[in-house]
Amino acid sequence: MNVTITVNGEERVVDVAGPESLLSVLRNDLDLPGTKDACEQGECGSCTVVMAGETVCSCLVMAADADGTAVVTVEGLSDDEGLHPVQRAMLAEGAVQCGFCTPGFVVAGSHLLDTDPHPTELEIREALSGNICRCTGYGAILRAFETLTGEGT
Amino acid sequence: MEFTAARDLDDALTTKAQQPDTQLLAGGTDLMVEVNLAHHRPARVLSLRRVEELREITPERIGAGATWAHLEHSEHRALAQAARTVGSPQIRAAGTIGGNIGTASPAGDGLPWIAAANAQIVVRSAERGERTIPWNEFFVGVKRTSLESDEVITAVAVPADLPVSQEFAKVGARNAMVISTVSCVVMAGDDGFRVALGSVAPTPIRATRAEAMINAESSISDAALEEFARIVSNEVRPITDHRSTEAYRRHAAGVLARRLVERSLR
Repeated sequence: MNVTITVNGEERVVDVAGPESLLSVLRNDLDLPGTKDACEQGECGSCTVVMAGETVCSCLVMAADADGTAVVTVEGLSDDEGLHPVQRAMLAEGAVQCGFCTPGFVVAGSHLLDTDPHPTELEIREALSGNICRCTGYGAILRAFETLTGEGT
Repeated sequence: MEFTAARDLDDALTTKAQQPDTQLLAGGTDLMVEVNLAHHRPARVLSLRRVEELREITPERIGAGATWAHLEHSEHRALAQAARTVGSPQIRAAGTIGGNIGTASPAGDGLPWIAAANAQIVVRSAERGERTIPWNEFFVGVKRTSLESDEVITAVAVPADLPVSQEFAKVGARNAMVISTVSCVVMAGDDGFRVALGSVAPTPIRATRAEAMINAESSISDAALEEFARIVSNEVRPITDHRSTEAYRRHAAGVLARRLVERSLR
């Protein structure tokens, strides 16, 4: 079946044959590999995208069910003008180690700041609680967000 | 794969009646794990995500399509507490209470609240209309329910006289993003304490012997609480699996139930 998804502001049509995930379609059919494929069980958050205004694990969205929705991936957060403020802050704080979890943190964190520009530290931690960093760079990641919200140092 | 996105409830019921083998899809947080692990490749899928009627929440009914993100703000304290512990923000935005009920995992975080509330599961079919099933007749085994193949879960029917004093807690390997090892709801009302537990039997259960014991006490002493916890531990029927052992689950069930009774006494 043909599925129409507005990805990063652009309408895309994909022929979906089976129950494959939105994650699979983004990476394999739409050539958007920024969204990472790790656990495929909704535990790690590396495949986080914004769909219909909420952060979701794209591995748990059946691609066919995303028909008619608007999706924002990490590729949609930066443009030729430069990186997203969250990306700049993470670079400045050295919050990237192996980098595999980074797109998920960028999407979840930028969505938080879009909905609440001044979250508390607890709200930042909660918003990022579905994203796992196996290099355990959490300290630097939290510091990056604190520089954007005026919390902490 | 044949995929149908139901426009409304009638549309969903018509499709389910015509294709009783079709796989229902709500938030996808259970089904897609099965699909991704290649355990399950449904030939037909019926998505309920666009069915507005299923998202309605009233004092009497919680729509099956209510997500955990919605239920974090529930007027029912222990249900809101349970909703807050489900998965992560990403999971809570997608997962629904109807999906939790339909999957009927022993570890379903919404299920002990349903048991403590003595709630009923509301289901509907095109042919027979609405049917309301007491929770303890709906859940019949591990991931098994009495839902018929042409039916869709539409709501949880909430009794009017629910105790305001409600507490939920769960034990797991970490604080966020965790599947319950043991979960518990205690309600304290005019009829005494109600104690419901999850992950300690094939279905959610009420600890009826422990309830009877504690509700017979005129004043609740430390010794009575000790005895109560012991009865809870004996009354549950947990198994050993990859998440925990039978012995630990028995112990944790007693500790949790006692802790929540103490919390509601404060």
